[in-house]
Amino acid sequence: MDPLILSRIQFGANISFHILFPAITIALGWMLLFFKLRYNATGDTAWMRAYFTWVKVFALSFAMGVVSGVTMSFQFGTNWPGYMETVGNIAGPLLAYEILTAFFLEAAFLGIMLFGFRRVSNRIHTLATVLVAGGTTLSAFWIIALNSWMQTPVGFEMRDGVAHATDWWAIVFNPSMPYRLVHMLLASSLTVSFLIAGLSALRYLYGDRSESMWKALRTGVFTAAILIPIQIFAGDQHGLNTLEHQPQKIAAMEANWNTGPNVPLVLFALPDEAARENKFELTIPDGASLILRHSASGVVPGLNDYAGNHPPVFPVFWAFRIMVGTGVLMLVVSWSAAFFLKRRHSLPRPLALVMVPMALSGWLATLAGWYTTEIGRQPWLVTGVLRTVDAVGPVAGSQVALSLAVYLILYALLLIAYLGVLVYLALKAAKDGDTSPLPGVLDAPLSQPAAK
Amino acid sequence: MTLDWPTLLPLIFAGLMGLAILIYVILDGFDLGIGILFAAAEDAEQDTMIAAIGPFWDANETWLVLAVGLLLVAFPLAHGTILTALYIPVFLLLVGLILRGVAFDFRAKVPAGHKHRWNRIFFLGSIIASLAQGYMLGIYVLGLDVGLGGMAFGALVALCLAAAYAAMGAAWVIYKTEGELQKKAVLWLRRALVLTALGMVAVSLATPLASPRIFDKWFVWPAMLYLSPLPVLSAVLFAWLWRQTFHLPKADDRHALTPFLTLAAIFTLGFAGLAWSFYPFVVPDRLTIWQAASAPESLAIILAGTVVVLPIIIFYSFYAYRVFGGKATDLTYD
Repeated sequence: MDPLILSRIQFGANISFHILFPAITIALGWMLLFFKLRYNATGDTAWMRAYFTWVKVFALSFAMGVVSGVTMSFQFGTNWPGYMETVGNIAGPLLAYEILTAFFLEAAFLGIMLFGFRRVSNRIHTLATVLVAGGTTLSAFWIIALNSWMQTPVGFEMRDGVAHATDWWAIVFNPSMPYRLVHMLLASSLTVSFLIAGLSALRYLYGDRSESMWKALRTGVFTAAILIPIQIFAGDQHGLNTLEHQPQKIAAMEANWNTGPNVPLVLFALPDEAARENKFELTIPDGASLILRHSASGVVPGLNDYAGNHPPVFPVFWAFRIMVGTGVLMLVVSWSAAFFLKRRHSLPRPLALVMVPMALSGWLATLAGWYTTEIGRQPWLVTGVLRTVDAVGPVAGSQVALSLAVYLILYALLLIAYLGVLVYLALKAAKDGDTSPLPGVLDAPLSQPAAK
Repeated sequence: MTLDWPTLLPLIFAGLMGLAILIYVILDGFDLGIGILFAAAEDAEQDTMIAAIGPFWDANETWLVLAVGLLLVAFPLAHGTILTALYIPVFLLLVGLILRGVAFDFRAKVPAGHKHRWNRIFFLGSIIASLAQGYMLGIYVLGLDVGLGGMAFGALVALCLAAAYAAMGAAWVIYKTEGELQKKAVLWLRRALVLTALGMVAVSLATPLASPRIFDKWFVWPAMLYLSPLPVLSAVLFAWLWRQTFHLPKADDRHALTPFLTLAAIFTLGFAGLAWSFYPFVVPDRLTIWQAASAPESLAIILAGTVVVLPIIIFYSFYAYRVFGGKATDLTYD
């Protein structure tokens, strides 16, 4: 079997599995801080109950993120040695800073945040929460900087086939970096908002009317309702940035085969790369020109300008549509829920039933978005610098097939176990309601006895 | 050898990488070891043992990410060469680390009936990860030789490293617990020490025999004289620790941390010996650290961050260990 395609599937599976968990921890850290600060300010133990329910999810997600992240750092070497050999001088320092400034911050203070509530003062515990949340966000900053540089590389020169840095500021803040970072941080916040809202809705359906359930539900729903329009705007800006720097990706996203004005927006189609046309097309006239150029006669780049140098059209086209469709659904659901919670102070049962599966909508949209941008970068690994085919290692196809098969089985089982635990934790919280004991909190609302 | 930056930087990074590996082996060694000892512990003891490593394991494993990260960023050529040659053992190591990492969290959160399953997975992941690390060390020592002899030697080192980790785990249990479990841990330590000692002797003998270049580095006068403290001191420490296992635990719990520190010292000595054998190669007999290094300007920018951050990491690691010092109690999220 072909080690290239197997290695690509393996890396894709790995990074897809990995991103699920940072997508949760990046924003959940700040959400936990919010619960904690509300508790500090009001002394209301329902906030602390919400904190303790969700800190378990954080711990589990963090562990899943760590182990799948370790796997990734090894796979650069085991499957893609050409990557570091060519752009190691640039990717190296960015990865090093990610590990140094962020990962360690999270990992060391995580212990205090998770298990130290009774051992340190409340102030130190809050500080540990801030550092962990800040660490996860810094982690995201460095990784997004590297990923964006691979999309839109600047600030370097090639000497003997190896990239050498000339301007670090330009490398870190490369043209697509600010857009991608904002888009991803918002995506993480929405993922967590819908997860919290969805699992709280599950508790609601099981008859839980506790104060901690309401607090978590409202936090999730209102955060989602506020952030989703911002995300749609940020996504649009990101798209315009891509149009400027990676037009071939936009052409694939829109399945636009020929450059020209008055390009329609394709709502549905089965792009056929061999015939270079769309089958079963459903379009809005001039739509793409209007969205991308703000004028019906605006010229939109087509795939004919990038023959042999553009990404596969079908997956990019569909991943993009799944992301946008999920986003629209998120808008509808979060605004309806916000309306009922704000005006009627209740949650209709059908809406609660919809919100439960929507708990995973953030994951779906995040994955679809990453597929759009990463498959959209092909055939390049680093745009214009290194082709994916030139980076793959000399490992035999059979070995990659073996590891791939085991990884896939392992990831599927872990995902089932993870979701099972989420549901179990939610139902347990629903059963306990406001009666679960909170040692060290009820007696002295603002401090804990330090254990010897 | 002239002392300019292009010469010095790879040297500094080789040192940093060595330090990260050594810290990783000592720190993750004890929590991997506790996973291995899970096979011999009762249910209630398992909970206490988990409580003894709970706040630390995330940070411990991060040292592996730093070590591999430094190999990746500072010596990209070596990273590719070593990891493609060790594809299957690296893969097994990762599967092991994934299994134990998630089992650690799952076992505390699943319904009570499922806990045993995750306890077994925790043991399985720990032993797989330890064996894979030992096997990789063995193959690496022999210059990435994956012939039949290399595999046999790798298997031997794998067993011995697993034993060494079990010894570290037992020493950590002696430090963090009391009563019956502590007494049990002393017995575990004694048994694991025997295998560990055998392993260190095997590696020490095989390394110079496998590579004439390493033989020449050790068995020439006067290098032999300067290097003799390494094996002699290790042997003395082993013998002393062995005797100690017949007197532990002592009244007032004195010297509870001593076995762990002694083992850490032995690991450090063994590691120093390995480092001397391989210098200046990062891929044995193929790539020196200068041939495999990144461009000096890239190394310089990493170094700038490292000298600021590494001391802070070490400082707050001490802080975290102090916060969770003393005997392990129930591990709760409050």
